[in-house]
Amino acid sequence: MALKKEYLYYPGCSLHSSATSYDDSSRAVLEALGSKVVEIDDWNCCGATAYMAIKEMTAFTISARNLAIAEKKGDHVVAPCSGCYVGLSKANNYIKEFPEVHKKVNTALAEGGLSYNGTVHVRHVMDLFVHDLGADELKKFVKKPLKDLKVGCYYGCQIIRPKNEIDSPEYPTTMEKLMEACGATAVDFVMKAFCCGGAILGTEEAIGLRLIKNLMQSAKRNGAQILVTPCPLCQMNLDAYQRRAAKKYGMKFDIPILYFTQLIGLAMGISPKKLGFGKEIVSAKSVLKQFL
Amino acid sequence: MSPKIGVYICHCGTNIAGKVAIDEVVGFAKTLPNVAMVREYKFMCSEPGQNLIKDDIKKEKLDRVVVASCSPLMHEKTFRGACEAAGLNKYLLHMANIREHCSWVTEENAPATEKAKALIRGAVAKAALLEPLEKKEVKIHPHVMVIGGGIAGIQAALDIADSGRKVYLVEKDPSIGGHMAQFDKTFPTLDCAACILTPKMVQVGQHPNIELLSYSVVEKLEGFVGNFKATVRMKSRYVDLKKCNGCGDCWNKCPAWRVEKPKGEKKVVHNALTLGPPKAIYMPTLQSIPAVPVIDKESCIYFKNGKCQICVKTCPTGAVDHKMVDVVREIEIGSIIVATGYKLFDVTKMPQYGYGRYPNVLTGLEFEHLNCAAGSTGGQVLMENGEPPKSIAIIHCIGSRDKNYHEYCSRVCCMYALKFAHLVKEKTHAEVYDFYIDMRAFGKGFEEFYNRLLEEGVRFIRGKAAQISNEPIYPEEEGKLIVRVDDTLLGRVRRVPVDMVVLCSAIEATQDAQDVSRLLGLCHSRDGFFAEKHPKLAPVSTAIDGVFIAGCCQSPKDIPDTVAQASGAAAQAMMLAARGAIEIEAATALIDEDRCTGCRICNDLCPYHAIEFISDKKVSRVNDALCKGCGTCVAACPCSAIAAKQFKDNQLLAEIEGVLS
Repeated sequence: MALKKEYLYYPGCSLHSSATSYDDSSRAVLEALGSKVVEIDDWNCCGATAYMAIKEMTAFTISARNLAIAEKKGDHVVAPCSGCYVGLSKANNYIKEFPEVHKKVNTALAEGGLSYNGTVHVRHVMDLFVHDLGADELKKFVKKPLKDLKVGCYYGCQIIRPKNEIDSPEYPTTMEKLMEACGATAVDFVMKAFCCGGAILGTEEAIGLRLIKNLMQSAKRNGAQILVTPCPLCQMNLDAYQRRAAKKYGMKFDIPILYFTQLIGLAMGISPKKLGFGKEIVSAKSVLKQFL
Repeated sequence: MSPKIGVYICHCGTNIAGKVAIDEVVGFAKTLPNVAMVREYKFMCSEPGQNLIKDDIKKEKLDRVVVASCSPLMHEKTFRGACEAAGLNKYLLHMANIREHCSWVTEENAPATEKAKALIRGAVAKAALLEPLEKKEVKIHPHVMVIGGGIAGIQAALDIADSGRKVYLVEKDPSIGGHMAQFDKTFPTLDCAACILTPKMVQVGQHPNIELLSYSVVEKLEGFVGNFKATVRMKSRYVDLKKCNGCGDCWNKCPAWRVEKPKGEKKVVHNALTLGPPKAIYMPTLQSIPAVPVIDKESCIYFKNGKCQICVKTCPTGAVDHKMVDVVREIEIGSIIVATGYKLFDVTKMPQYGYGRYPNVLTGLEFEHLNCAAGSTGGQVLMENGEPPKSIAIIHCIGSRDKNYHEYCSRVCCMYALKFAHLVKEKTHAEVYDFYIDMRAFGKGFEEFYNRLLEEGVRFIRGKAAQISNEPIYPEEEGKLIVRVDDTLLGRVRRVPVDMVVLCSAIEATQDAQDVSRLLGLCHSRDGFFAEKHPKLAPVSTAIDGVFIAGCCQSPKDIPDTVAQASGAAAQAMMLAARGAIEIEAATALIDEDRCTGCRICNDLCPYHAIEFISDKKVSRVNDALCKGCGTCVAACPCSAIAAKQFKDNQLLAEIEGVLS
């Protein structure tokens, strides 16, 4: 197994704003593994999950514009954000499966001088590690093994549910294999596919904080020194709200939340600066001091 | 002389007549060449219907018969019988299928009528060219081989042996008894499995007509119905079957354990529970038949370093011999009953239930071993720390009724779950939570059993458990296993903390069964179980004549159904043996030896291994006893040297022309 020479890259809004460390680390890791990362021109919003629930056709069209632009340049589009990945994949699948959707979307795209033939594959960064590279291959690139580091792998909901080509929706184990390949110890983390609260923290904070408390409590009990995730929203919720949740429930959490690509990059010997370290709210400095 | 063909058109009640205009078709058939007689009748297969054919053959001197009715699979035999009874060679009958191929699948009446006409025109054209064939018979060897010594194999073997015929019972394990010998009680009557099974096992061991080949596998099978030859490898058990008296001194002294030994905190090891001795030299259960131990090569010290041999020194009869080798023997039989049973679904495929990660999560079979009075805990329900549990969850449908694993229902889990619940209530003070999707209590006495359990205070929760974790959120969950479930009656997600979890794993087809099916050429249905010849009317027969199936290798079923099916299979085998001879397919393939170039392409293609190569003549020849007339070789022969009787080129072309003209 090997990565492709080149991947088209769809960062989405998060990776250009709140999740720049995910952006930096994804690009740095893929390039260090020998793949060129080409950001697609003039991309727009992925349609996001919320839009899809309200105006499906419009959301499909918004997503399809990105796919149509990508199609001119290649066939594999990587979307590191789980939300973007789900949005683009869903639009892509509907367009491929239902000719009437395809027709409507193309009618709209034609107004902007575009059309989409349905030849693009939407990929997630984790999917590249599973299907194109493989944990065994990754091991060969590890220069600074993350020895004795206890990592909890937190998947969130989007990339593995409901139907997916990446991992078991019930009990995923892919990231654990990647972390083990990097020399870290993956702890048993039962809540790894449970909800982080998603967007609910903005409207129903009490419920969101309870979910975060459950997750952090489980991570702590299992001895995780650090949590890694493939999702910007998960990262933000756990990073930004863990202390508020701890205060509300009279507990203490101090677990840095990183992107899995950051730890992979670190193990590969890429400089921490290139991987966006230092941008997390709960600092990873003390836990990772021997590797940084 | 041109042939005289009689055409008989069946209404099949309204099945055909509801779509096809019979009168019109009768008028049409009368215009066809060589047709001397056309009749229609409500049910041609009935006695008066058959009599019409018989009388016409005799009075009108018909020499060909075309019946336009259902599929030949349904009634070809019937109408062939009618022809034969009237003195006409039965292979001069041809059927036009105007039901399955026409009236049942055509929406409008007019096209159905036209299609019926075309099919009859084709059938008449072919019938004119039919040739009489010779009826063939082969002798049936009276002995029977039963593969698999579970309750199905035991029942079948005993039935046949009691009828006075010799049975070879081949069992891959060191003892017969199968899964049933590992159960404690049986649902719904709660009689003890050992109490009802052991006498049957003993009978097998002592029956003069049964030759038990235990710890043996069938390696090769040749031949055909009535005349099979099986090669059986009797694996070396390193203990002489004749010398051993089953005293047990060897395993009492044996220092090596073949399963994990309880140690320290771990007072009970749930996945290492045994019903027989846990040592390297052991019997699967203390009721084993033959009552002779076997040495487990993996754990035996001698096989590791050539030392020890305590068993050899201990044995009072000198029966242990580490140098013993496998014995291969050939047996001749007339028919075979396959009763290879099932295996349990591997629950580690569903990691959300934590089997293997958490202590005190057990499979159904492990829980049987835990409950069994002869088992490691003497039948006490204990956690791995040696304490009795205060609460137990029993979870149905693990791997069954789940499109990700097995779509089918395993049929026994609901009832064995109830049995478990009852045993727990009887033996402990534990609270029992039973998580079910639907309670399938369809058998005799099942619903009554369910009602009984409802009254025993078991807490039934309708909903498939989603996850087992050891992750407490609430204080009462500390130190417990937590079952997350969508309670579909309550309409909300619940968390139920318990001490122990029993996973009712699905029944699935075995790997051994696949080997056996490859040997025998048996077919599987999509679920992996052996396919029966007809799901309703030939449930123990298979596509291979003389090979019958019984028990869970055909589909998941409980003990009563298994026993009934085994007796059915035994009756089929006895019927063959009693008849002494059997008529076989006459419409076989025939190789024109003058045209055959000896290329041997057909040899390997034949699915029935019916073509042999005559090396001195350098031609291939069809063994009529094996050939099923499938036509594979006919199509493959590059020299057109092979013809299928009744499906010769001129006959087929005439039929096609008839249909299309």
